[in-house]
Amino acid sequence: MLAELKEQLRAGSAEEYLSRLFEKIEKSSLNAFTTLARESALKHARDFDKKPSQGLLAGVPIAIKECISTKGIETNCSSRILRGYIPPYDAHVIERLKAEGAIIMGKTNMDEFAMGTSTETSCFGPTKNPWDPGCVPGGSSGGSAACVAAHEAPCSLGSDTGGSVRCPASFCGIVGLKPTYGLVSRFGLVAYANSLEQIGPLTHTVEDTALLLEIISGHDRRDSTSAEKGSYLPGLKDGVSGLKIGIPKEYFGEAVGEGVDERVEKAVWDAVSVLEGLGARWQEVSLPHTRFALAAYYVIAMSEASSNLARFDGLRYGLRQGEDRDWHTTFSEIRSLGFGPEVKRRILLGTYALSAGYYGRYYLKALKVRTLIKDDFLRAFKNVDLLASPTMPIPAFRIGERINDPLSLYMADVFTVPINLAGVPAISVPCGFAGHLPVGLQLMGPHFGEATVLRAAHAYEAATPFHEAKPEVV
Amino acid sequence: MENVIIGLEIHVQLNRLQSKLFCGCSTQYHNSEPNTYTCPVCLGLPGSLPVLNRKAVEYGIKVGLALNCQIEEETLFYRKNYYYPDLPKGFQISQYDFPLATKGRILIKGEDGLERDICITRAHMEEDPGRLVHAGTIDKAKYTMVDYNRCGMPLLEVVTEPDLRSPKEARAFLDKLKSILEYLDVFDGSLEGSMRVDANISLRGGDRTEVKNISGFKGVEKALSYEITRQKNLQRRNIKVVQETRHFDELRSITVSIRSKEEAHDYRYFPEPDLVPMRIANWVPAIKATLPELPDAKRERFVKEYGLTDDHAKSLTSEIKVANFYEAVAAKAVPRLSAVWIADVLKGELNYRDLGIDAFQAEHMVEIVNLLSSGAITEDGAVEIIRTLLDKGGSPQEIIEARGLGKAGDETVKKAVREAVAENAAAIADYRAGSERAMNFIVGQVMKKTRGKADPGEVHRLVKAEVEKV
Amino acid sequence: MITREDVEHISWLASIKIEDEEKDEFVEQFNSILEYFHQLDEVETEGVEPTFRVVDLANIFRDDVACPSLSQEEALRNAPRRENGYFKSPRIV
Ligand SMILES: [Mg+2]
Ligand SMILES: [Zn+2]
Repeated sequence: MLAELKEQLRAGSAEEYLSRLFEKIEKSSLNAFTTLARESALKHARDFDKKPSQGLLAGVPIAIKECISTKGIETNCSSRILRGYIPPYDAHVIERLKAEGAIIMGKTNMDEFAMGTSTETSCFGPTKNPWDPGCVPGGSSGGSAACVAAHEAPCSLGSDTGGSVRCPASFCGIVGLKPTYGLVSRFGLVAYANSLEQIGPLTHTVEDTALLLEIISGHDRRDSTSAEKGSYLPGLKDGVSGLKIGIPKEYFGEAVGEGVDERVEKAVWDAVSVLEGLGARWQEVSLPHTRFALAAYYVIAMSEASSNLARFDGLRYGLRQGEDRDWHTTFSEIRSLGFGPEVKRRILLGTYALSAGYYGRYYLKALKVRTLIKDDFLRAFKNVDLLASPTMPIPAFRIGERINDPLSLYMADVFTVPINLAGVPAISVPCGFAGHLPVGLQLMGPHFGEATVLRAAHAYEAATPFHEAKPEVV
Repeated sequence: MENVIIGLEIHVQLNRLQSKLFCGCSTQYHNSEPNTYTCPVCLGLPGSLPVLNRKAVEYGIKVGLALNCQIEEETLFYRKNYYYPDLPKGFQISQYDFPLATKGRILIKGEDGLERDICITRAHMEEDPGRLVHAGTIDKAKYTMVDYNRCGMPLLEVVTEPDLRSPKEARAFLDKLKSILEYLDVFDGSLEGSMRVDANISLRGGDRTEVKNISGFKGVEKALSYEITRQKNLQRRNIKVVQETRHFDELRSITVSIRSKEEAHDYRYFPEPDLVPMRIANWVPAIKATLPELPDAKRERFVKEYGLTDDHAKSLTSEIKVANFYEAVAAKAVPRLSAVWIADVLKGELNYRDLGIDAFQAEHMVEIVNLLSSGAITEDGAVEIIRTLLDKGGSPQEIIEARGLGKAGDETVKKAVREAVAENAAAIADYRAGSERAMNFIVGQVMKKTRGKADPGEVHRLVKAEVEKV
Repeated sequence: MITREDVEHISWLASIKIEDEEKDEFVEQFNSILEYFHQLDEVETEGVEPTFRVVDLANIFRDDVACPSLSQEEALRNAPRRENGYFKSPRIV
């Protein structure tokens, strides 16, 4: 898709194309965007039209999640406390995109500080699912997924701490990838839970995701956890013949959490059959610690978050209002005013989990369980090349349905968080519908196994029509 | 003072590094406009990540070894979580379990005149917070101003056991530590705020207080003395000392309580997820090999090699620059005489003028000591040359000529002796009758005639010979 | 079990003010979430090393080279309150 778009833009006008997108966004009721970088983007497009540049994404607009720093463009993580903050620097991924000629068109809505599964905790209000405006688009990269699904942007970047790219990709019927931990530099990504998160692409096709990954991955000396990249486009179309796919039994039926929606389960089994038809073999595997993943994930994420979000105090940037009193009182009030309820909940619980007397019981314990979960994956990947499961146990739920019950929201992440705990890559690709709502197939690979994950996803996509389906709003 | 218990936590800026601990900002921020040496990393902007300065770790290991510490094989950074306006991330990247260096010691001269080891619990790396500036005093200011230039400076925190028994001992410890750090060339103590001290003080049996962020060694002595007196007075009035944090107010030379609502800290340490561990075991031998001769070893060598007294050797080795100066002089002039003139005279004149050894040329000192030992100038003349060099400049030869400081020649002196003996017959008679005073009078007459440029001992001998001849 | 006092203490530690009327709700939510977390107690982790990072990296450094800093204006640009080149903070005592 992006390859054709690139050719069209070169032959036609990037400015015209971008203007049409902006017009569409203006009229849209999805609330996918928070900030449009109209002026700088149109200028970039005009420059391109005058003198088309080279580069893998020359002239192609891209939407960026609110929590990825963009020089000169407000970056507020959809939080009141960061409103008005304009970074003086670009995130590594933004530098890479710009170097390949991409046009940053604006910032997309998200759960506040990426804490959510529904994009309902944003200070800008919820983003709506293009397939059903009464439903959530998933989260936390809900804006990034919705704008691509609704063709308000050809592609976007999100971030995935516990499923935040894959969940909205699944709910919105597009492709989303969470790379291996360390493959994409986190420099410039506003941290929620450092040891878990990665920036990932959201696109219409697997090939587009491979193209974006090709651009944003690779070593960055500004991120000490950063690794060397592989190669993702060559070999993408080599098929799945001979691949061994593991089906983790804990990810189906009533095994964990509240169980899997029957329609979702059926769509995923159909997908497995398609892969089998293409020459892959499948076998059941066990990831025995799966049912502890959610608890471990939330303890770790909340603990890291409580420290990461300590810097938001209204002194150097962000919200500051009212008369100053002593610093503790003043900052406590600013933080109370600036953070939404879910963010407060996670900071407070994380603070508790790290505090004297509880560190061992919660934080350290969760990290030990993390080891066991990681080992489950390592063991499984000794016998199989990939794992397949539903991305989400359910299709998109209704806006407001779960927001007041934090635990039930957390439960929806049951199949996505183990991947972040283990640090392995996983992709969500459209694999059918539950009623009128899309369902996502999750394919997981071993550390730095992106090429295989993408190859299998591409073979599946080429054999199925689901990625071509368009919601009515388009 | 044996009832006094003092432990120190010293924050040393590794300010001989070019860049900060986790970012590329320059360390040369001193005397600059506020907030002109910051970047997204040290300003704690959202999304920024730390990357560790390799040389800072090497310097840390160097110091650890010089303090006779064990170096941890694998060491790592933690987050120390607390809120303060000078801390832009809401946590300080510091070390906790597995600090870089542990279990060291430093030799100091104690209050009783004897030398003893002060134990060092640990030395760990951390980032410096920013600087808070107040209009007026900290407890009266209406608001606080923050400058983050200092933020992210590489610090080494050296923690002692509660082994010190008086403010003077604390001072001696700090002098020695500073001396070692400068020997290692990792630290420049002349820069403001380069060494800051937190002191824990208690009287035996009482609760301890912590006086935070004392700048300057004189400040440490003053703050400790004040705090000991305060605690003693409380004891005498039967009031319990409260365990608390206090601030040293330099202007008023007192400590004031800066207790916040809840004193109990809960730093919620956990390993910094944005940094990876340091496996440094195999760095240690190479760094050890580069360690220079340290003050104690140099002092011993000066005694042996140059035949100096222990006091002179100590005085000459407390500062690396002075030690190097001395050795440059001793290579070309009589070592013991050089020691006397550098340790006893030159250092005093420099101190008086608040100057460092850089203000004097070693070549000049060589010349002066050689003139002294050949008898070409007198001791008074040498002192005058040193003072003139410091105050007006020039060279020793120019000063000797301009001021006529050269010693009188033999013939001049002999002529003066003959004249004095001939002119003072009465005094000669008294001397022959046994009066030493008469002899001194005649010597005085000779000194007058030579305008002090003769050696009094020499004159005495010549007069005696002349009288016997007559 | 988390109590109202615990919530007050955590709120102080986290530097987030909680209104009196919110406290009971937090107590209830925290207890139900923590109860969920307690299923971790079922996992035998004797002898299991904690995983702080999933990729085994060590000794990542930068060279000691100074680079240009932000200008004062850039550094202060986002500051809601400032004075004479300083960030203006509430008083600390
Ligand atoms: Mg410290
Ligand atoms: Zn910096």
